[in-house]
Amino acid sequence: MAATVIALGRSRNLFAVVVLSGVYSFMMATVLVAMDAVDVSMTEASVGAGISTVLFLGALYLCDSEEAKPLHRPWLPLGVSVAVGGVLVYGTLGLPMFSDAQAPIHQHVAPHYLQQVMKETGVPNVVTAVLASYRGYDTFGETTVVFTAGAGVVALLRQRRRRKEAPS
Amino acid sequence: MSDAQGLPGLLGHFSYFVTIFLLVAGLFIVIARGNLIKKLVGLSVFQTSVYLLYIAPGKLVGGTAPIINPAYTVYSNPLPHVLILTAIVVGVATLALGLALVVRIREAYGTIEEDEILLQDPGAATEDEVR
Amino acid sequence: MKNDLVLRLVAKLLIPYILLFALYVQFHGDFGPGGGFQAGVIIAAAMIFYGLIYGLPAVRNVVPEPLVESMMAVGVLIYGGVGVAGLLLGGNFLDYFVLDPDPVHGQERGIFWVEVGVAVTVSGVMLKIFYMFADRGKVDLS
Repeated sequence: MAATVIALGRSRNLFAVVVLSGVYSFMMATVLVAMDAVDVSMTEASVGAGISTVLFLGALYLCDSEEAKPLHRPWLPLGVSVAVGGVLVYGTLGLPMFSDAQAPIHQHVAPHYLQQVMKETGVPNVVTAVLASYRGYDTFGETTVVFTAGAGVVALLRQRRRRKEAPS
Repeated sequence: MSDAQGLPGLLGHFSYFVTIFLLVAGLFIVIARGNLIKKLVGLSVFQTSVYLLYIAPGKLVGGTAPIINPAYTVYSNPLPHVLILTAIVVGVATLALGLALVVRIREAYGTIEEDEILLQDPGAATEDEVR
Repeated sequence: MKNDLVLRLVAKLLIPYILLFALYVQFHGDFGPGGGFQAGVIIAAAMIFYGLIYGLPAVRNVVPEPLVESMMAVGVLIYGGVGVAGLLLGGNFLDYFVLDPDPVHGQERGIFWVEVGVAVTVSGVMLKIFYMFADRGKVDLS
């Protein structure tokens, strides 16, 4: 995945960049399955490698497909990125180890959900039960966000019908 | 890869290092490249690495996907999955809006390179025209 | 792409199964991975596939613009409707256990309808965004 992202950053042909981003999304979906996140992996594969790629290609068709040569050597952004990375590494050293069963993330609400979900909702898929029932408000907000994005795209890209095409 | 108590020292934090590398790479693409579409691709790389940042700590080695089944007792934590599911969909919504904006910019300025846009319209860079 | 026989044939074979898989993911989301979002995106992907192979007028015949636009809004309304139904039947907003005399069954009903609403909205929005992007180039090129 690191190799894909580096190739993505260096390539100047935008079509190759879009295809590489689809490859990256698929690899991320595989990693997510390895992390036991099956719902998330299915969503990332369909959304990241499917819809995102289609939208990028659609936008690419309407714009150029070649990136201009960078004018300056990117030393400052490289320095900033590496500095941010260093600070993050320092920050994560205090976080729990990988697969630590005593981490706080596993202590408070999660065991309650895992034990109660069959009794209270009767739905074995805990992620769906939490999304739709325990955290139903958040999903309502998210559906509204998706609707707003659609409305926003319509507002941005709607044509004034100056030239009437023949009705199909 | 590691047992339940985690390997000591750096090896136990391996998942964080991978996430941070991807995050920094995405950040670099966003700030160092001038092409608007490439910036959006870098942004989506950045977002994907953040998903990994949330989901990796939820995984328990020896556990299974959080779907209740009488044959298993240990499940990976379902809470990050819920948050990230929402985040993925919101991310694609943002991406769609960003791409719509890029298309409009292309039609208005004739280019999607940041440098050329700033040349054409120097007032777009600074906010000193407040009327 | 309309004249490429292999693509057309493969598309015709695959699209019904993709739609069926989307319905499976939607309704089986309670027992396996899946749910509203995934199903909505897969439906939109199947329609976009059809549009890419057979052309935009063909997919506009199958899913006309007013239908897509109303799908975007109807999904959110279904979700809100479930919430209001909870209000009308005596609980708080988005309470599911009042929807049925047996509270667990009420939860299952609420979750079912909420996921349907989410899938409808997501598929409508993705398809509408595709239509908008595909439409944009036409007026400039003519």
